[in-house]
Amino acid sequence: MSENEVYALEVRNIVKRFPGVLANDHVNFNLRKGEIHALLGENGAGKTTLMNIIYGLYTPDEGEIYVDGKKVEIQSPHDAIRLGIGMVHQHFMLVPVFTVAENLVLGAEPTKGWQLDLKAAREAVRRLSEHYGLEVDPDAVVEDLPVGVQQRVEILKALYREAKILVLDEPTAVLTPQEVEELFVIMRELTKRGVSIIFITHKLKEVLAIADRITVMRRGRVVGTTTPAEATEESLARMMVGREVVLQVPKGPAKPGDVVLEVRDLKVEDERGLMAVNGVSFEVREGEILGIAGVQGNGQTELVEAITGLRSAREGKVLLGGVEAPFRRPRFLIEHGMAHIPEDRQKHGLVLSYSIADNLVLCTYYKPPFAHGLQRNQQAILENARRLVKEYDVRTPSIFTPASALSGGNQQKVIVAREFSRPVRLLVANQPTRGLDVGSIEYIHKRVVEMRDHGAAVLLVSAELDEIMSLSDRIAVMYRGKIVAIVNAGEVDKSQLGLLMAGGQLQPA
Amino acid sequence: MGDHEQSMTSTVWEATRRYLRSVAVPLGAVLLALIIGAAIIWISGASPWLAYKALAKGAFGSAEGWRRTLEKTTPLIFSGLAVAFAFKAGLFNIGAQGQLLLGAITAAWVGFAVHGLPWAIHAPLALVAGLIAGGLYGYIPGALKTYTGAHEVITTIMLNYIAMGLTDYLANGPWKDTSEGNIVARTPEILPSAHLPTWGWLPLGFLLALAVAVFAWWVLERTTIGFEIRTVGRNPHAARYGGMKVARTIILTMVISAMFAGMGGAVETQGVIGRYQPGFNANLGFDGITVALLGKTDPFGVIPAALLLGAMRAGSSQMQFDAHVAKEITDVIQALMLFFVAADMIVRWLLRVKAAEGEEKITLSTGWGSH
Repeated sequence: MSENEVYALEVRNIVKRFPGVLANDHVNFNLRKGEIHALLGENGAGKTTLMNIIYGLYTPDEGEIYVDGKKVEIQSPHDAIRLGIGMVHQHFMLVPVFTVAENLVLGAEPTKGWQLDLKAAREAVRRLSEHYGLEVDPDAVVEDLPVGVQQRVEILKALYREAKILVLDEPTAVLTPQEVEELFVIMRELTKRGVSIIFITHKLKEVLAIADRITVMRRGRVVGTTTPAEATEESLARMMVGREVVLQVPKGPAKPGDVVLEVRDLKVEDERGLMAVNGVSFEVREGEILGIAGVQGNGQTELVEAITGLRSAREGKVLLGGVEAPFRRPRFLIEHGMAHIPEDRQKHGLVLSYSIADNLVLCTYYKPPFAHGLQRNQQAILENARRLVKEYDVRTPSIFTPASALSGGNQQKVIVAREFSRPVRLLVANQPTRGLDVGSIEYIHKRVVEMRDHGAAVLLVSAELDEIMSLSDRIAVMYRGKIVAIVNAGEVDKSQLGLLMAGGQLQPA
Repeated sequence: MGDHEQSMTSTVWEATRRYLRSVAVPLGAVLLALIIGAAIIWISGASPWLAYKALAKGAFGSAEGWRRTLEKTTPLIFSGLAVAFAFKAGLFNIGAQGQLLLGAITAAWVGFAVHGLPWAIHAPLALVAGLIAGGLYGYIPGALKTYTGAHEVITTIMLNYIAMGLTDYLANGPWKDTSEGNIVARTPEILPSAHLPTWGWLPLGFLLALAVAVFAWWVLERTTIGFEIRTVGRNPHAARYGGMKVARTIILTMVISAMFAGMGGAVETQGVIGRYQPGFNANLGFDGITVALLGKTDPFGVIPAALLLGAMRAGSSQMQFDAHVAKEITDVIQALMLFFVAADMIVRWLLRVKAAEGEEKITLSTGWGSH
């Protein structure tokens, strides 16, 4: 491109300091008109800080911002919106009980006298959906919509405010593989209509699939800008982490032993009283990893909660080491050798306001050496924390630091350290790497495979097909509350799994 | 080694800073309340300086003043501990008042109806009876919450009315003082063997209150039960995940909390009033809410908070006498303190203090039926 190309957005030498941290260190970044520019980096690399500066939530300490070649000051999101910058946050900012049309106009409502002009709002939705090829029913209530469609509403909201530059913050984190595909189609469509997109993510495959250019950040600095044609997953991972990263954990063949976990005809209801798990049976043996694949919301959460004692089942049995486990008695399971990496680490896995030391004894606080009778043994608790923080490489200022102050990856390490520090016969890992960066994923994967090699039975549940495929020895596919197939990991490919996950059948070879 | 020491000092420094930050809001609230109180005194035509001086003199100026102050402080420590303890499990025990009344009247009954026991048995017996009565009364809202989901704020408010009605009935009916010439609703006087003595300016009840504060701290911070209570309060999901019995913990917390209140009522009966008489314990349980919040729901924070309120009560007559300021101004100041602690954003903004990282948020109420 020419030397003096006019960029849709350009930032020059942005510096932003927080107490003790240089969050953005002379960052340069530009966005061409109509391109999808991926911003890649680990958690804490400075992506979000940069985007918050562009969206007016932070003011930079140094540096300049140009929109369409003109220097601008962005003091608040109002300024950003006025300049045609729209942002779709990872967590949606929609009013669940309002309709699509109501949400869309919220904050910039068309009025007729004193009244909200809903007809005009509906018309606006229709016009925009048509123009950008985004299909949404204006009268649908947002809370009834699937996540992928809610995200579309968010995008429409930005477009309604005439955004020409769209910042998508980790938009795929909450989507199913199909929804990701649909989102990519929409993104392509938008760029054809002249919208420029900044796409924030840490998923390498997606970046290579959709981006026109890729800028990688690490520790507040831009490491470099490249294109999908020049880059590979390995080269991008190296740029992000600053060292060679093993994307595929090496693992030998499984040596399955005795059955550790047996699930028989399990039926589990969800909150609404619907049968979310509808007659599931399987077993996991020591020394093997059984992966459960499935689009989210097909009963995996309820299945895992029933197995781990957090939810009671309607019918069926769970046997751990041949002993029938009572439902809703997590302590029974813990004492019989179960370790559980929960799906939602901030809800179940941690007490965020507790110190790391207290979080590390959440399941064993009542037992020696951590307690003698009623009295807790502070010494042993701190000792345990010091040892585990070191052994599991938890990056923290001290063992007294509250868990809330840690990054997602380090929070997960605290959970892994706690769960793996007991004798484990069964490991249940539900979405163990959700939201984590490449380095942390590598680490967790290694530990899980190690667990297997030490003879534990592992039940892995993940929405990431790649994760299931690279870790599992056998794969069970869940669809609408049932296990529709159990296959050996080496014998299927991704598209076959995708077919099963969507309720299809494998053709007999 | 040098590295280690450095990190030690920085940890100590960090802890000090966190402590200062955590007491900044209550101290700021007290200060603001006193300033506004001074303005009101000034507007009403008196001298704030004289008024506060007389207040302090009345509370701390003599042995008699100290005795009065500690006597007023003692029940506030108990009810403050009751509210603070429940807070640790995320429960808002508004029922301290009712639990305290039942403790007070039960101790009175044991005090006047049981004859022939030596002091060493009779006094503790009455105390324990009050404590158990309070505890049982706390079991009700705890059980209602875990088994039916009824919010403890609602049930404890209702139970307060029931306790008031019940004690009024007892003091006016079966347990009424039938001695000659008595026409008011009250129980007979307790026997000397059930009295809690005051040595000079030091009431035994105050020492008991301090001991219970240490006990509450020990339970919360040093025992597995306390760990369960705090975990349930901060994240019940994680508590369940960790194998804790959430329902049992909630009931147990309510019972212990109510025991503190019940014991406060017993101490008041045995140490100060000498019998149960309706109206004499008014508001002690409700003031526990102010004390607990002012003390940052910390067992040791409750002590200075209770002392402050106790001193204001003990000194208010002197203030009225010396400075001609109505006693009720102390109620206004106390209400302002509670207001500023609850609306802590105002104090934080004025003092420019941020909430410390990981600091426990005191949530007054978590919406109806959110559990």
